Amino acid sequence: MEGQDGQRRTGAPEDPAAREHGGRIEGGPAGAGFARFVALFTALDQTTRTNAKVAALAAYFREAPEADRVWCIALLTGRRPKRMLTSTLLRDWAAERAGLPLWLFEESYAVAGDLAETIALILPEGAGRSDASLADWIGRLRALPKLDEPERKALVLAAWERLAPTERFVFNKLLTGGFRMGVNAKLMTRALAQATGIDEPELAHRLMGDWQPDRATWASLVLAPDPGEAASRPYPFYLAYQLDDPPDSLGDPADWAAEWKWDGIRGQLILRDGQHFVWSRGEELMTDRFPEFAASRDFLPEGIVLDGEILAWDHAADAPQSFNALQARIGRKTVPKTLLVEAPVVLRAYDLLEWQGEDWRARPFAERRAQLEAALAHLPDAAPVRLSPLVDFDDWAELAGARATARGRQAEGLMLKRWASPYLAGRKKGDWWKWKVDPLTVDAVMVYAQAGHGRRANLYTDFTFAVWDGPPGEGALVPVTKAYSGLTDAEFRRITAWVRRNTLERYGPVRAVRPVHVFEIHFEGIQKSSRHKSGIALRFPRMARWREDKPAEEANTLADLKALLAAHG
Amino acid sequence: MLASMARESVLTFTERGIYCPAGDFFIDPWRPVDRALVTHGHADHARRGHARYLATEGSAPVMRHRLGDIRLETARYGEARRIGGATVSFHPAGHVPGSAQIRVEVGGEVWVVSGDYKVEDDGLSEPFEPVRCHAFVSECTFGLPIFAWAPQADVVAQIEGWWRANAAAGRASVIGAYALGKAQRIIAAVDASIGPVLTHGAVEATNAVLRAQGVALPETVPVTAEVKGKDHPGALVVAPPSALGTPWMRRFGAASTGFASGWMRLRGVRRRRAADRGFVMSDHADWAGLNAAIAETGAERVFVTHGYTSAFRAWLETQGYDAAVVETEFEGEGLDSPEAVADSPT
Repeated sequence: MEGQDGQRRTGAPEDPAAREHGGRIEGGPAGAGFARFVALFTALDQTTRTNAKVAALAAYFREAPEADRVWCIALLTGRRPKRMLTSTLLRDWAAERAGLPLWLFEESYAVAGDLAETIALILPEGAGRSDASLADWIGRLRALPKLDEPERKALVLAAWERLAPTERFVFNKLLTGGFRMGVNAKLMTRALAQATGIDEPELAHRLMGDWQPDRATWASLVLAPDPGEAASRPYPFYLAYQLDDPPDSLGDPADWAAEWKWDGIRGQLILRDGQHFVWSRGEELMTDRFPEFAASRDFLPEGIVLDGEILAWDHAADAPQSFNALQARIGRKTVPKTLLVEAPVVLRAYDLLEWQGEDWRARPFAERRAQLEAALAHLPDAAPVRLSPLVDFDDWAELAGARATARGRQAEGLMLKRWASPYLAGRKKGDWWKWKVDPLTVDAVMVYAQAGHGRRANLYTDFTFAVWDGPPGEGALVPVTKAYSGLTDAEFRRITAWVRRNTLERYGPVRAVRPVHVFEIHFEGIQKSSRHKSGIALRFPRMARWREDKPAEEANTLADLKALLAAHG
Repeated sequence: MLASMARESVLTFTERGIYCPAGDFFIDPWRPVDRALVTHGHADHARRGHARYLATEGSAPVMRHRLGDIRLETARYGEARRIGGATVSFHPAGHVPGSAQIRVEVGGEVWVVSGDYKVEDDGLSEPFEPVRCHAFVSECTFGLPIFAWAPQADVVAQIEGWWRANAAAGRASVIGAYALGKAQRIIAAVDASIGPVLTHGAVEATNAVLRAQGVALPETVPVTAEVKGKDHPGALVVAPPSALGTPWMRRFGAASTGFASGWMRLRGVRRRRAADRGFVMSDHADWAGLNAAIAETGAERVFVTHGYTSAFRAWLETQGYDAAVVETEFEGEGLDSPEAVADSPT
C-alpha cells in the first residue's frame, strides 16, 4: 500500500519573487492568537506559490504565541484533534440557527462539498471576534466530550456567533476533525528551519514520534528536545522517486544494489530501552496493531532500528501473502486470534538506521546492508523479521529481466539503491529509485459518475467503469472498478459538462450516464473478489487516458480480465 | 399544465424559448425565430439567427457589436409598446449596462421575465427595478443559501488592497472578469490613483462599445502586441477569465492573479481556479437578493429557469409560492461555461 514511495510531491515551482510576498499576511490583522492563525491559514490558502507558503509559515513560527506554534506543527503533521461531534448534530444546529429546513442545508452541502464550509457560509454573519488563542480554542474543543449535549450546543453556537467568517470555517474544520492546510510536512519543516536556524533533517527527526501537542512545548519539541524522551521516536523515512528514464541513465550497474519492492506497509521497527515500537510511514504508531513484533525482543539486540516492509506472511511457503490478507489487518486495533493465525505479519527488513544505539544513517548503504545482514543472520523462523534479499545482477538488461518477474513474487517492481548512499530524510532524488513494473491496463466504459469533494466539489471526478460481459457492444456492461484520478482539471471540467447533459438516471449523488466514453484504466494488480459483482477487484486503478478515439464497442470484456486474473492473480 | 387553464397563458415554454402566443414573439429564444425580445447582450440570451430583434437602447450597441448587422428595434426603459395582443415593456435588471427584465401584459394579466439580474446597485448598470406581476420568470444561478454577497464597496476594497500590495512589491495584478459587465464594473469602481488600468483586447472592445453609447468609464490602456508589463508598473490588468494562464500573460512576468466571480464564494472552486486570489463578485442576485426580488414582484406564480432550480423551486413552495422549474438553455454565470473556464496556470 505504501512502499518505499508514498505520495507524489506536488510542490509548485519555486518563485523568488514570492519571498517577500508571503512574509506579511496581506491585509490580515496581526491579531490575537486564533485570528493570527486564521490569517496564516488564509495566506496559505490564497497562494499556490511554495515560497510564499514557506515564508508565511516561517513568519508565523517567529511571531505566534509558543503554544500556538506547537499546535500549528501538530496540525500540519497529522496530529489534529479527532472529530468532537457527530456531523448530524452540527447540521441540525446550523440549519436551525440559519432558519432553514434541513433538506436545503443538505442541498447546499452537496454543492459546497464540505460540511465545515457549508456551515460557515450558511450562518448569518457573526457579531464579533475572539481574542482567544489557537491553543485556547482547541482546549475548548477537546473539552466538548465531557459536556452534556445542551452545553455542547451552547458552546458551538456561541463560537459561531463570535467568530468572523473564515475563523468560523477553521473552527468548524477543527470541530469535524478534517482540518488541512495545504502544506506538507516537508514545507513546514523548511519554514521551521527558516524561523529557528536549525537544519531541516534534524528538525524532521525531532518532530517524529508520539509527542503530544498539549504536553510538548516549543522548547521541548523544537529547540532543545530531551534525548531521554526519545525512546520511541522514529527516524524520518527516506522516500524514493519513480525512475522514469531507462536504468542505464544511472551509470555503472556496479554502483547500485537492487531489491524487490514489496507490496505491504512500509514500517520502522525500533528496539530501545527494553521496549519495541512499530511505526508506519504515515507516522502512525502500530505497535499494538501488530503484536507479532513483541517477539523481536527475544531475537534482536537493544538499540537497533530497522526499516522494512510489513507483510502478511505465508509461513508454510515462506513467502508473502497477497495484499488482501494484509488489508484485513490494517485498520484493526485489536486483532482476533484467528486473524493472527491466518494472516501473521513479518517485517522484511532492508535497511539498518541504528545499531547499538548509534545513528547509522550517514554511513553508506553498503556498510548498513552488511551490518543488517550480520544482525539478521541465523534468525529462527519464529522471529518476526526477515532479511529482504538483494537481487543480483551484472548489467541493466539482466535486471530488467528480473523486474519482469516481480508481479509473480508479490512484488511491485524493484528498488535501486546506490551502494554509497546515506539514509536521507524525506523524498530525495539521486540515490534511491523505485522502478515499478509496468501497470496492467484495461479499456473500460464509464457508466456512473459522482461529484468529488473539497477542491473537486461541483466536478464529476469519481467514475465507475464497466467491461462487456459477452460480445462487445451486444452483451451487458458489468462494472469492474472505480477510479477518480489521472485526468487533468481541464478534462474533469469537460467530462463534468458532458455528464450533466448525458445523465440517464440519478441515484442520490450518483448519476448513470450514457455508456459511450472509453477510458484506459491502469492498475497494479488483479484479484478475485466475492464483494464485487464482476468477481474481480483491481488494485490501484486510475485513469491513464480518456480514449476519445475509441467507441464503447471496442472496450475490453470480462473474459479479457479473467485472462489477466489467470496470468497475474 | 398551462394548457389546462381557462384562457391561454401569457407566456408558454417551448423548445425554441419563452413564447408569447398573444403577441407571437419569443423572449431570449435559443433557436431562430421571427421576432425575439432580448433581455441583454450576453451570448446565452442574445443569439444569432432571428429575423427581428427588440431590445433596450442600452443593449443594442453590444448586440450589434456581437451579432453584426441584425434587424434591431430599440425601446427605452418603461416605454410600453403593443405587439399583437400583448403590451410589452423593458425594465432595468441591474445585471449589466442596458440589461432588462421584460414585462408582458395580456388582458390585464402581467408576467415578467427577469433575464439575468442582481439587486445591488453596481454604480454602472441601471439599478434593478422591481416590477409588480402575477407571474415571475426568474433566474436562480445562485439559488442556494450559501451564496451571499458582501456589499460591492467591501469587495472593491479587497481588490484595491490586493492591487496596492502587488504594486508595492513591483508585481502586476491580473484579474479575470467577464468581458461584458464584470470587467467594466471593476474598472469603474476601483481607485484609479493606485496605478494604471490595462485591458485585454476582449475587454477593451466592450469598453469602446459602452463608451460610444455614453457609459462613463475611466481611462484604460489596451494591451496590444507592443505593450510590455514593465512599461506600466503597478498595473491592474483586466482580462477575460479564459486569458488567465495563457501565454498572453507572460508579458506581465511574475504577476499575481485574481478572479472575480460569485463562484469564488466556494473554496473548492477558488482553489481549483488556482488564481492567487478569488473575489466574490457576481452580476447575479445572491440568495437574499433572489428572495427579496421575488417578494417585491408580488407574484403568486414563479417559474425558475437556470441555476439551482430544483432546490430553489422547492424552497419557494415552502414560502407559499406556486413554483415550477422551466428547462432553458440559459447558462448564467455558468460554472462550466466556456467563458468561466480558464485552465489553471501551472
